[in-house]
Amino acid sequence: MDSNPSSAETAQKSIYVSSEVTNAAKILVVGHFAVGKTTLIGSLSEITPLRTEEKMTQASVHVDDLRGVTDKTTTTVALDFGRLTLSDDLVLYLFGTPGQQRFMQLWEDMARGALGALLLVDPARLEETFPVIDLVERYGLEYAIAVNCFDPAATYSEAEVREALDLLPDTPVVYCDARDQQSSAMALIALVRHLLERAA
Amino acid sequence: MTTPGEEAPVTSDFVRSYVITGGRDLPSSEELALHTLVTLAPGRTLPLGAGPEVKAIWELCAGGYLSVAEVAGHLGLPVGVARLLLTDLSEQGHLLRRAEPPRAQNVDRATLEKVLNGLQSLIG
Ligand SMILES: Nc1nc2c(ncn2[C@@H]2O[C@H](COP(=O)(O)OP(=O)(O)O)[C@@H](O)[C@H]2O)c(=O)[nH]1
Ligand SMILES: [Mg+2]
Repeated sequence: MDSNPSSAETAQKSIYVSSEVTNAAKILVVGHFAVGKTTLIGSLSEITPLRTEEKMTQASVHVDDLRGVTDKTTTTVALDFGRLTLSDDLVLYLFGTPGQQRFMQLWEDMARGALGALLLVDPARLEETFPVIDLVERYGLEYAIAVNCFDPAATYSEAEVREALDLLPDTPVVYCDARDQQSSAMALIALVRHLLERAA
Repeated sequence: MTTPGEEAPVTSDFVRSYVITGGRDLPSSEELALHTLVTLAPGRTLPLGAGPEVKAIWELCAGGYLSVAEVAGHLGLPVGVARLLLTDLSEQGHLLRRAEPPRAQNVDRATLEKVLNGLQSLIG
């Protein structure tokens, strides 16, 4: 350790996880494009949400491939994430994950060790949620539905959402405003309560 | 920069990744999950011939614990590339890690209860 830290180093300290933290948990925030994933992560995160890329052709980066760099199937996907210190010794990471079927590698990486998934739904675009539900179920992730109401004038009953998405009776459905910290926290609470029930 | 969730065409970054990794296959997330916390072990010396990315990781990780995803995010590296370089450093004994290696089925009641309590303290 530097015994005489510069001011730059002191300022940098704030990016680190507190030294007492011994455990990290992960919850996925999933949903189709523009459903509010980044917004929800931003309203809960204690750090400026970060963004990074995942290569979609991870296992096949060989010299021959470099000649084919214009190949449209070789893509990167950006994922964003935030962090929340939840107790002296535990941090929670929230990872925003797009729902497209072709991002399998990313999903495997995301799902590994995840507690569960909060599945954001725009009730005006319910059909775009089906592929996301397929993916979540394929990876065996427990999930809760958070209906992000963009248009407060339009009302969708829980029963309508349940029926349209063909949900199991015990899958939680909550309404949230992804821009609001408390509302976003309440959606996560519904998910974690559900996870506790399933773990019992 | 790509918008999260959107695809971007392959750029020179792709070639850059290839150079950083020496064309090696990227490791799976089994050992270092996105949320595994890592830091530099005390009293280590930067390996001779470390490239600029390894140097940057070294400096960043000297300051405290960060998740694998945060290391990638702060340094602007693809997650797979950051994981590969962190795996190298870990195998050489330069890294400490926290958070247990992830299990396939993660249903740990104690952790869930802590998460629940923490979230409940956020709402007034
Ligand atoms: N009115 C309203 N707008 C929202 C809400 N959540 C997100 N938005 C907006 O919807 C757009 C897409 O949200 P974003 O979080 O980027 O979606 P993502 O693609 O799922 O990450 C942004 O312009 C947000 O400001 C919400 O609850 N209500
Ligand atoms: Mg987004």
